[in-house]
Amino acid sequence: MKISLEINGKKHEADVEPRLLLVHFLRDVANLTGTHIGCETSLCGACTVLLDDAAIKSCTVLAVQADGCRVTTIEGLASAGELHPVQKGFWEHHGLQCGYCTPGMIMAACGLLRENLSPSEAEIREGLEGNLCRCTGYQNIVDAVESAAREMAGAVK
Amino acid sequence: MIPSNFEYHAPTSIEAALDLINQYGDDCKILSGGHSLIPVLKLRLAAPAAVIDIGRIPGLSSISLDRDRLRIGALATHASIAASDMLGQLCPLLATTAHQIGDPQVRNRGTLGGSLVHADPAADWPAAILALDASITVRGSAGERHIAANDFFVDMLTSAVQQGEIVTEISVAVPAQPRASSYIKVAQSASGFAVVGVAVQLEIDNGVCVGARIGVTGFAPKPYRASSTENALKGNPITEDLISSAAALADSEAADAMNDIHASGEYRRHLTRVIAARALRAAARV
Ligand SMILES: Cc1cc2nc3c(=O)[nH]c(=O)nc-3n(C[C@H](O)[C@H](O)[C@H](O)COP(=O)(O)OP(=O)(O)OC[C@H]3O[C@@H](n4cnc5c(N)ncnc54)[C@H](O)[C@@H]3O)c2cc1C
Ligand code: FES
Ligand code: FES
Repeated sequence: MKISLEINGKKHEADVEPRLLLVHFLRDVANLTGTHIGCETSLCGACTVLLDDAAIKSCTVLAVQADGCRVTTIEGLASAGELHPVQKGFWEHHGLQCGYCTPGMIMAACGLLRENLSPSEAEIREGLEGNLCRCTGYQNIVDAVESAAREMAGAVK
Repeated sequence: MIPSNFEYHAPTSIEAALDLINQYGDDCKILSGGHSLIPVLKLRLAAPAAVIDIGRIPGLSSISLDRDRLRIGALATHASIAASDMLGQLCPLLATTAHQIGDPQVRNRGTLGGSLVHADPAADWPAAILALDASITVRGSAGERHIAANDFFVDMLTSAVQQGEIVTEISVAVPAQPRASSYIKVAQSASGFAVVGVAVQLEIDNGVCVGARIGVTGFAPKPYRASSTENALKGNPITEDLISSAAALADSEAADAMNDIHASGEYRRHLTRVIAARALRAAARV
């Protein structure tokens, strides 16, 4: 089936099998390997991307379901060589160790911040409930998102 | 994990969807949010010839008030229900239940209609749907019918919706006292599904319980109304003693408890009584 997706502002068209998962479309068809596959069972959140601005697990969406939609992946965050505030937050607050969960964590955080620009610590933890990290113990990730929220709120003012 | 091949159709009207479903008969699956079906397809527990994606049919995700009834489209996502100000005001039990499902990504995709039809014995919606005495609207080629919440859940993973039918809407009467409600669950730590969840909608007049509906999920292979608890409450002044004694009956309607890796039947039975008491206290604000 022929589908057309706008990924990070760029149109991608392809003829795909209906059973192709969105995460495989992103990695294998669009060659955007920043989105990771962890558990394949909808639990770890490593595959999180934004679909029409909402955070979703791309291992649990068919590529054909995303036909005509907008997708934002980790590759679409930085602009003109400037890191996105959430990426900057992860860098500055050591929000990652091995980095495997990081693209999904960052996209989930972006989804959260789209709905709530000044989340409390509890709201950040709740917003990242669908993402697992085997390394950091989460505290630095929460700090990173808090700092990104502050920076983004400042930019909005 | 890759599903078996299937044909994919994304009809844009209910009529077109019904035609397709009738054409394939047993060999097709309806797709809404996909957060139960896609995992099942990936595990190849099902390998239908066709998947009929109803997600592109317009008008099936609206939330509206029609005189004294709230009407929620089958495709309304858990996230949209949790975020609805109208539901927060008029029926907070729906909003609070939605908010407790899974995680943000799951709530952004999963739908009320899909969850009800899937009839997972650990799902959250059934408790609230029973406590609100909801009506479920189903369309088939023979027309429309309405299924009462009490008749909807038939067995583990089996609802009263027949092959060839599509759930289009869920409606509930606006409760007389919206805030006299609560949903409390003990969640499985990995997925968030309910080990046991109890939803309560009360009506209290001058300290006396004049109405009580209680839905229990997670405990038994199918969700149920805790009628013994409801009857023990009705007509009596709401006190801590009454809540304790009534909640102790919350497991009476279900003969068999579920017994699995998440919890033994005995523990679930205990939890059902404890969670029922907590949910009642929260709803009655005692
Ligand atoms: C990681 C994870 C965690 C979760 N945690 C929870 C939780 O804590 N609590 C909870 O309750 N649920 C939980 N869920 C399940 C989630 O809520 C699902 O979204 C829901 O059970 C199914 O809704 P859906 O729209 O995704 O349905 P789908 O997966 O699209 O469909 C489910 C079934 O219903 C049928 N169907 C769907 N829509 C209709 C319709 N309108 N008419 C007729 N048949 C239809 C389909 O054919 C299929 O058999 C979780 C899921 C995941 C992946
Ligand atoms: S790979 Fe999608 S949730 Fe783990
Ligand atoms: S940094 Fe290694 S899994 Fe999160």
